Amino acid sequence: MTDAEPSDNAPSADFTLPEGIHPFPHRHLTGIAGLQPWEVGFLLDEAEQWIALNRATAKHDDRLSGLTQINAFFENSTRTLLSFEIAGKRLGMDVVNMHAAQSSVKKGETLLDTTATLNAMKPDVIVIRHDASGAVGLIADKVDCPVLNAGDGRHEHPTQALLDALTIRRRVGRINGTVVTICGDVLHSRVARSNILLLGTMGAEVRVVAPPTLLPPAIERMGVTPYTDFDAALEGAEVVMMLRLQLERMDGAFVPSPREYHHFYGLTRERLGRATKGALVMHPGPMNRGIEITSDVADDIRQSAITEQVEMGVAVRMACLDVLTRQRRGVEGWA
Amino acid sequence: MSRLGLKSGTLAIRNGRIIDPATGTVSEGGLLIRDGLIEAFGEIEHGVFRKSDVVADARGALIAPGLVDVGAFAIDPEAASAGGITTTLLMPDQAPPLDAPALIRQAASFPQDALTVVPFAAATRGLAGREMAEIGLMKRAGAVAVSTGREWIADSGLMLRLLSYASAFDMIVVTHAEDGILAKGAVATDGEMATRLGLASAPAIAEAMAVARDIMLAEETGARIHFRQLSTARAFDLVRAAKARGVGVTCGVSPAHLLLSDQAIGPFKTFARLSPPLRSEDDRKATIAAVRDGTVDLICSGHDPRGPEAKRLPYVSAEPGMAGAETLLTLALTLVKDEVIDLARLFDLVAGAPARLFGLDAGRIAIGAPADIILVDDGTPWKIVGEKLAGRAGNTPFDGLPVQGRVLKTIKGGQPVG
Repeated sequence: MTDAEPSDNAPSADFTLPEGIHPFPHRHLTGIAGLQPWEVGFLLDEAEQWIALNRATAKHDDRLSGLTQINAFFENSTRTLLSFEIAGKRLGMDVVNMHAAQSSVKKGETLLDTTATLNAMKPDVIVIRHDASGAVGLIADKVDCPVLNAGDGRHEHPTQALLDALTIRRRVGRINGTVVTICGDVLHSRVARSNILLLGTMGAEVRVVAPPTLLPPAIERMGVTPYTDFDAALEGAEVVMMLRLQLERMDGAFVPSPREYHHFYGLTRERLGRATKGALVMHPGPMNRGIEITSDVADDIRQSAITEQVEMGVAVRMACLDVLTRQRRGVEGWA
Repeated sequence: MSRLGLKSGTLAIRNGRIIDPATGTVSEGGLLIRDGLIEAFGEIEHGVFRKSDVVADARGALIAPGLVDVGAFAIDPEAASAGGITTTLLMPDQAPPLDAPALIRQAASFPQDALTVVPFAAATRGLAGREMAEIGLMKRAGAVAVSTGREWIADSGLMLRLLSYASAFDMIVVTHAEDGILAKGAVATDGEMATRLGLASAPAIAEAMAVARDIMLAEETGARIHFRQLSTARAFDLVRAAKARGVGVTCGVSPAHLLLSDQAIGPFKTFARLSPPLRSEDDRKATIAAVRDGTVDLICSGHDPRGPEAKRLPYVSAEPGMAGAETLLTLALTLVKDEVIDLARLFDLVAGAPARLFGLDAGRIAIGAPADIILVDDGTPWKIVGEKLAGRAGNTPFDGLPVQGRVLKTIKGGQPVG
């Protein structure tokens, strides 16, 4: 995260694992920042293996049997929690959910006290979502097991970026060189940050487009091209990634109205025509239909990958849970 | 050195280099203290040393006035004496806020053997920024200035009346320069670092906007205003121009803003969460330039010791502030090493100028002046270790930093401290 480190976004030509290098030497997955292209590629390859299982009737693999996964969600979430829960259960883990948004944390217990409590219950992996940027990293330093970031504030949401990348790789055939336009509330979006880092690392050309009020300062320093004109940003785009307009954050008057926002930044059938033919449409959900995206675009299965993203989410989380627990399970080569 | 002090009688310190900020000179020689006051300094006859009750050999160390630290948030005598501070001007942000004469009297009555505590009065009741506090009565109770505390006063009408009223009592208004509405919710300054970390940030001009308004109001009322800590190029430009017009404006900076940029907050280092926030590298350089050209009037520690309950939190939830008293001089000495300013000017910035600005009998080496003296080794390298700091808490963003020069001895009223 400092200048001294190599840029997270310098497109690297080498996506293959260099000889003698461990495929994933990280204890936790707290973010995409700091991951090498071959590490991202490795996680995607691993995830690929789980897609068939998830489509089969008997969706079970017991390799993580006996392990305990705690999903500590300090911020409300439905789909991400469900996705992690299903992923853990399909791998045979005992999965417990802690809805910390309504727990003692709200009664004044500090995050680190809660962390110590969780740690004392000897979980084998902890999945955390928190509304404060950096909170997951803070916890990761204090526990004895791997930590998976399920979203921290505006900072990162690495498994979302991985599932988006897996979706793109399967539908477009590659990530390197792909032109991706990310549209919407980039300012408040951890999905956007993780995607910018991942897509940049994997050599995609990334554009971000939003009203200036929703573009973070110096976003171009993250290696993306910022636009305020959606139509211009769509020219030649092979992937159009829409972000949810976080209506609950709109009290700061970031945009005049949902109606005006839709007029300039809503993805309509007509507007999508400016992108390349058959461009892939993505959305992390949940969608505000008729605001950032119209239903005819969202529901068009030829172009929209929105439900496929959800499907890939389970596979990606299974892969992450498997990879991060390999050392504990004594898998050969993961000492 | 432990037995060198005397409440009464004479103490002689020889073989040092005396810094006199008032004349801007550094001269070899010694210093004679009698009954807590400076009796003589400079070239002192050998006979004087022989006749003194206690003689100490400075072994070439600097003999300088004790530091006058403007705007500390806590009375922290251990940190102060370890850092060579003999006078602390205390912010009104206490519990309860110093907004009444009795509270001022209580703060000012802190025993002065180790540290003189001079309170700033809260400008508004409860520091809430709504109603003016009893400024005149608090002056009579011992306050030397009024302060808006950690916050900026958003109500321009109130600020106008506050400046006007305080000027009648010859009270400087010490203000926090940050447009609080623009910076609402922000925990960092706009830039690549805040964006990468996903931290709510505000543009650096939040500072200049506050400075611009407050300078206009000070100019309008003829009042004196002091910006406790400035950190941006735009703000220094405004102060520079106002000074040239003859406005009664002064400003301070902290070593953190001279030495660190917003790079220091990554990844989520709560010890580097400060107020004002650490700025861009360009603003950091502008802060140094403002020291060099004299726009900056003083350097202060911003001392705000915070325990783990305030800092071991997610960055967003952590309180701003750093423990700065012990490292104030050490860090400021880098400006001398980097040839930004000379030694005498440095000691004027940390001792002479703050004392003059707030009308205190301190910060000078003069016959008859209180013997608040420090001995400083300006050469030996050491390393700042937060856990080993002498004060209440070790929340320093400089943890692990190798530095040069430190305070060897603090003498308060002729008496060695610590």
